[in-house]
Amino acid sequence: MITGDNKRVDIRKTHKLFIGGTFPRSESGRTFEATNTNGEFLANMAMASRKDARDAVLAARGAFTAWSKATAYNRGQVLYRIAEVMEGRKDQFTQDIKDSEGLSTRKATGQVEAAIDRMVWYAGWADKYSQVIGNTNPVAGSFFNFSIPEPTGVIAAVAPDSPSLLGLVSVVAPIVMTGNSVIVIASYSNPIPAVTFSECLATSDVIGGNINILTGDPAEIMPHLAAHADVNALDLTGVTDHELLTALESEAAGTVKRVRTAPVHPDFYATPSLSRIRAFTEIKTVWHPMGI
Amino acid sequence: MTFEYAPAPESTSIVNIKSSYDLFINGQFTAGHGTAFKTINPATEEVLAEIAEADQADVNAAVAAARKAYEKTWSKMSGSDRGKYLFRIARIMQERAREFAVLESMDNGKPIKESRDVDIPLAAAHFFYHAGWADKLEFAGYGTNPKALGVAAQIIPWNFPLLMLAWKIAPALATGNTVVLKPAETTPLTALLFAEVCQQADLPPGVVNIITGAGETGRMLVEHPDVNKVAFTGSTAVGQAIQRQIAGTDKRLTLELGGKAANIVFDDAPIDQAIEGIVNGIYFNQGHVCCAGSRLLVQENVAEQVIDSLKRRLQTLRLGDPLDKNTDIGAINSREQLNRIIDLTKSGEDEGAERWSPDCAIPTKGFWFAPTIFTNVTQAHRIAREEIFGPVLSVLTFRTPDEAVEKANNTPYGLSAGIWTDKGSRILWMANKMRAGVVWANTFNRFDPTSPFGGYKESGFGREGGVQGLGAYLHVEDPS
Repeated sequence: MITGDNKRVDIRKTHKLFIGGTFPRSESGRTFEATNTNGEFLANMAMASRKDARDAVLAARGAFTAWSKATAYNRGQVLYRIAEVMEGRKDQFTQDIKDSEGLSTRKATGQVEAAIDRMVWYAGWADKYSQVIGNTNPVAGSFFNFSIPEPTGVIAAVAPDSPSLLGLVSVVAPIVMTGNSVIVIASYSNPIPAVTFSECLATSDVIGGNINILTGDPAEIMPHLAAHADVNALDLTGVTDHELLTALESEAAGTVKRVRTAPVHPDFYATPSLSRIRAFTEIKTVWHPMGI
Repeated sequence: MTFEYAPAPESTSIVNIKSSYDLFINGQFTAGHGTAFKTINPATEEVLAEIAEADQADVNAAVAAARKAYEKTWSKMSGSDRGKYLFRIARIMQERAREFAVLESMDNGKPIKESRDVDIPLAAAHFFYHAGWADKLEFAGYGTNPKALGVAAQIIPWNFPLLMLAWKIAPALATGNTVVLKPAETTPLTALLFAEVCQQADLPPGVVNIITGAGETGRMLVEHPDVNKVAFTGSTAVGQAIQRQIAGTDKRLTLELGGKAANIVFDDAPIDQAIEGIVNGIYFNQGHVCCAGSRLLVQENVAEQVIDSLKRRLQTLRLGDPLDKNTDIGAINSREQLNRIIDLTKSGEDEGAERWSPDCAIPTKGFWFAPTIFTNVTQAHRIAREEIFGPVLSVLTFRTPDEAVEKANNTPYGLSAGIWTDKGSRILWMANKMRAGVVWANTFNRFDPTSPFGGYKESGFGREGGVQGLGAYLHVEDPS
């Protein structure tokens, strides 16, 4: 119907999960409301379930085979490509962050730019981190001995509540940069930027399943991932509840998962250290004799 | 049965060569004040364009532009922003890769399959790699606050024009230096196209300046008092002259000079694979490669087999139009270089070595040299000692690994070496004994931006690529 003032009725987006490179609704059929800081409705979000998480692990493991074999140069270019696509969506990200985090345009834009720059920072590490955290070892004897980092595998991660986009990128980028796959649970209170981010991933050169983004309650989903035998490590950056943290760390022991937790007052705007890169890589040392 | 190939030339419509080119100073194309010279297509001897020659005033202007850009812009910019410009450059080079490849093959004479698959992709990769370093220098092991040197004077050769430009400019810019680069006088065109890339990337004016000319222009650039760093790739003789020239100044220097690499084949080597490696080692880029495997050291008991296989393989190499996608061996870059190859190969015959080339039709126009093998070569022959820089292989033999080491290292050069054997422990033992900056095992002529390249002994000093390559452009405070 055409209204008198000619005001166009806008088309609103359905917010879905990002699993295996596709956008399914939750198999559970559940949703939850994303709201602004005043508690007003913004959108219905898919409420990821245990089954969604298990599907995501399957997709992540499938992608790991190809992604972990990609050259470092290729991985760097794919991450850089994500940054290129994000740059084109700056306005949308800024609006998302203003809506959900209640930030000023200036602060929201600052967060988006920091997030894109963080992606570029990690893109640049892809063909360098092994030169910085790997080495040859001057063992006493006629051996050539070297140590190199290799990706740990499938990582389950929880992004911090805020900054919603910068926190998400800061968690995801170092994990996938080294060749891992990830299932990340987006900010529960500010999930909308993560959905926009998944749309960037879908139009970059990311292998389907390499990065899976779930929206929902970490307290519900993470225990299943912490217990999942095909998950190799947990990044609990966004878990601040001590009881949940302890339960997840304890559950991780079942398959000796590596666990990374964030400091009490994390600063996502500061230049990171290499700790996120180190946390999700394994050091392999090779001995080889030297002689005629 | 012989297969005939239909011609498959790459179209030249992708390039737009101007009739004349100016210098690139302070972000603008600026007329030169020297005597303009011509660059020709070495495969046809046709003039491609007239090129400005930079005189002393032009050199001064270029260095002044680089100094100003360093002081006012580049040294004040964050590493992250410097990196973004380098990422832009890398991406534009990738976008215009085919244009660069065709232009490179026209100006240099190298086969399109090499410019397309090796030179240009590697050049772009070099910028991509160093872009990432720009904001990570504190992680590179040069202390917590490594600083740029200032203005870098860079002089590059004609064998890999754009790739050598990338090896020079990418690390210099990533570490915060500004540059004045002089490409070789016979191959200036891709450097001048690169200047356009800098414009498209909105690189601040003066960060990259490109001046064209011959040795005299290079000498003026090296001697300019406001230059902080000299980086040179080329002949050992010129490198030595530069080292003398800057003696007594505070200028930092890196040199990547000649080579006379040994490619060592043991009797347990996978022979077919080794043959491919030997061919790639010396006939890649018409042998215009400083790290070429120009001395084949083959274990005596397999020498006959290796030489027979090698001759059989050489008969299948296709020499001709560099723009033809099936061409293996293109044109020699210049008449001067052709004459040098002719002179040295003549000395090989005069000194008693046995010369062999496959039946190979040579085009009537342009500069060409058939792939050539010398057997019965001794270590005293000129062709075993001097860098020929052409498609000419000298074959020597050895009996024991110790003898191979002795012969391989018996040269004032030390750029690279190749080892072919099935035994891993022997590879590492040999690699350990080689007095050479790069050792290839069961492969040859591999390059990567992450992998440092450079020489021992009279092949120069300093490394390009990898973490070590950054050191060539960084100033680290020392207490003593």
